[in-house]
Amino acid sequence: MRIAVLALQGAFLEHEMLLNKLGVDCFEVRQLKDWQQEKDGLIIPGGESTTQGKLLRELGLLTPIREAIEGGLPVFGTCAGLILLSQKVEGNSPAAPEPPRIGTMSMTAARNAYGRQLGSFHTEASFKGIEGKIPMTFIRAPYIAHASEDVEILATVDGRSVAARQNNQLVTSFHPELDMDTRVHEYFLKIVKAR
Amino acid sequence: MTNRQELNRNLAQMLKGGVIMDVTTPEQARIAEAAGACAVMALERIPADIRAAGGVSRMSDPKMIKGIQEAVTIPVMAKCRIGHIAEAQILQAIEIDYIDESEVLSPADNIYHIDKTQFDVPFVCGARNLNEALRRIAEGATMIRTKGEPGTGDVVQAVSHMRLMQAQIRELVGKREDELFEAAKQLQAPYDLVKYVHDNGKLPVVNFAAGGVATPADAALMMQLGAEGVFVGSGIFKSGDPEKRAAAIVKAVTNYNDPKELAKLSEDLGEAMVGINEQEIQLLMAERGQ
Repeated sequence: MRIAVLALQGAFLEHEMLLNKLGVDCFEVRQLKDWQQEKDGLIIPGGESTTQGKLLRELGLLTPIREAIEGGLPVFGTCAGLILLSQKVEGNSPAAPEPPRIGTMSMTAARNAYGRQLGSFHTEASFKGIEGKIPMTFIRAPYIAHASEDVEILATVDGRSVAARQNNQLVTSFHPELDMDTRVHEYFLKIVKAR
Repeated sequence: MTNRQELNRNLAQMLKGGVIMDVTTPEQARIAEAAGACAVMALERIPADIRAAGGVSRMSDPKMIKGIQEAVTIPVMAKCRIGHIAEAQILQAIEIDYIDESEVLSPADNIYHIDKTQFDVPFVCGARNLNEALRRIAEGATMIRTKGEPGTGDVVQAVSHMRLMQAQIRELVGKREDELFEAAKQLQAPYDLVKYVHDNGKLPVVNFAAGGVATPADAALMMQLGAEGVFVGSGIFKSGDPEKRAAAIVKAVTNYNDPKELAKLSEDLGEAMVGINEQEIQLLMAERGQ
């Protein structure tokens, strides 16, 4: 099994370290020629979604990645990754043109939904399909404001949806890669294996 | 370490591989965001103009900072003077995302830095070497940047600071455990932080390059030397085509190891910041706050 990790900007190294810990091979995608390698899944890390979206478009990665996901490639997006995968986004700058997105998941993300850095927090909560509580770190995080019926909500914190799955696509508003807990990544790898 | 400190270190992790740009107006902030900046630093005057104007340089007007906070969705940082607790409190009150306790402004205290563990908002601090970096982290900084020599457009100081820090880290890694106590004494830094660097081969917080970065090649150079991201101050809005240059520097940080891509990015960027050589300047900002 080989996982591609989008490495345009943000906390991609943390995902790679977690995959290494699980003994899973991975490689960084910084441009189109990296993407053309064989892969069984894709991780889109936390970081700034506007930065990553712009780089995706300008490096010619946006369409190939969208097509691969639509073709069934398993993908796991955390925080900025959740925003990039959402069809719609609330909370972007009204003045600026909407930043590019992959937009393959039938849901609306609320960006910076917990406010600025002072609103960042850590908690523990249940995650459907995983036993016990999962540590959850939210950094200037989004949440899922609306989701269509075929999106399954996997976790909620204070009544807000913070993790979801739609077939081959998995997203979390929090950062499993920041806490030394591998269970959400193992959950994703099960999706990869099942394909 | 408190939960808050951990969350603040985490935000810096999200900025990695990105470019943080100095902006003085909401308009510039929007240009920076559209160019792909991962955060902006709101300040009234960019370092090159601070240098030119002389006099005492202070925290920016909170109204001006708020204007920038409203203009963009990416994190907004702002600078306070070294040791100026009250300026930092004001910046926290307007919910700034990161405070830069910065040598670019005139120091408010010649001896003490701010006790940053007393704040909920995160702090980034400049350092010329591992000694300064570890002292700032002990005071509660959750992100480090090289000092470089701000406002010069000359990358030489950022290079020597980054090289020195990396060399000192390698030296610590190579030491025997029983030599670390003496190393802590030499570095004038707490033992537990020295031990962390020895065990992990890196700082416990994210380390960016800053001070004098003016071109995509400068940014790529800093990344190759071990920076985890780049601050660009005067280099963008003192150049001929800020929009294009900003976008090119963002891409150069992502693909810093691909010379062909860098060549493409470096083409036709218009006039670079003129800059001044370190030998030509009277005021060495990097000497401030040790």
